[in-house]
Amino acid sequence: MADFNPKEKKILYRAFRITAAILIVMLAAALIFCMFDLPGLFSPDHPGENIVAERYIESGIEETGAVNFVAGMILDYRAFDTFGESNVLFAATICVMVLLLVQDQNKSRAHRKRSKKNGSVNSDQTTVSESQTQSEQLPESKAYYEDLRDEREIEPRLIKNDVILKTIAKFAVPFILMFGVYVILNGHLSPGGGFSGGAIVGSGFILASVAFGFDKMERFLNRKSAGIITFVSLLVYCLAKSYSFFTGANHLESGIPLGTPGAILSSGLILILNICVGFVVACTMYSFFSLMRRGKI
Amino acid sequence: MNILMMILLTVLIVCAVVVSFIKSLTASVIVFGSFSLVVAVIWMLLESPDLAITEAAVGAGVTGLLFYATLKKIGSIKDDDEPKESDDPETPGNDL
Repeated sequence: MADFNPKEKKILYRAFRITAAILIVMLAAALIFCMFDLPGLFSPDHPGENIVAERYIESGIEETGAVNFVAGMILDYRAFDTFGESNVLFAATICVMVLLLVQDQNKSRAHRKRSKKNGSVNSDQTTVSESQTQSEQLPESKAYYEDLRDEREIEPRLIKNDVILKTIAKFAVPFILMFGVYVILNGHLSPGGGFSGGAIVGSGFILASVAFGFDKMERFLNRKSAGIITFVSLLVYCLAKSYSFFTGANHLESGIPLGTPGAILSSGLILILNICVGFVVACTMYSFFSLMRRGKI
Repeated sequence: MNILMMILLTVLIVCAVVVSFIKSLTASVIVFGSFSLVVAVIWMLLESPDLAITEAAVGAGVTGLLFYATLKKIGSIKDDDEPKESDDPETPGNDL
């Protein structure tokens, strides 16, 4: 773009915008046109009225034992697809770690070389005396904030002594975590399940880490424990439901009794799989936030 | 399709259009959160409470929070204590 003079740049920008608008309108028109082609709500072609759906609705409760029928579908009849979704969450965490993880300051050779080089240059010109590896002291010069524009640096001051936030978090965080655990454990009885309960528990973790500081949260959930929790949950799910790789669509009995529908210890493997999915989602939400804010979990 | 559903769908379309055209990035994230809230109410009206809980927890909660963390990281939201830089036309959404 550096080769064009300003008048040509203006014409190019306008051409880009008009082309983008035309393409979007064409895409919207194509999608709306296809929507009119789908079968209506009460026609015999409707995909909700074939024999598979009838079988699910008629014998769902006896075969899965879950009163919440959606949980019975996604964790018993189609458990293999939910396994794929949990793997997608795991892969997303790994990708975000690759982009945002900052190496440990004392051990990384590249960082030591860079701070040595910057130290020798800065000591001649400015009065900055702190090195870049000390993150507790407040820097006073503008040069320190200019260095932070490097995208892999850790933010220095992440603890704010905000009284309102701390007081409300002291009351709210236990209730949020308890509600999240309730939603996970009652996934087969009432609406909710692993994904929504895990998102609620993850939000509780985020609020706790913003209000009380990341160092206190690290005693509970640091990189090693989050990794172990995620890995063990996915391993349990894999051992339970990945026989579909070998047997195709045939179902293997798990041996856990189904119990009476409506009790909390019922529906076989669904409770265990809900707990696994809840762990994975909660750790994923918290790791995303922590990686964005300070470069490590 | 009763009148409540039509009002909610109109609000949905307005929110979606406003998110693209608004200039300030912080306001854009807030409108995105309200879009998610209206979608959660629509899921309830369509009788699927599982989706409503998940949409409320993830869309209006965690996604908005991660957007704010991103905006802070690229320098669009400034603290009160940081030294003020000169007007930098390169940072997006600088006219808060």
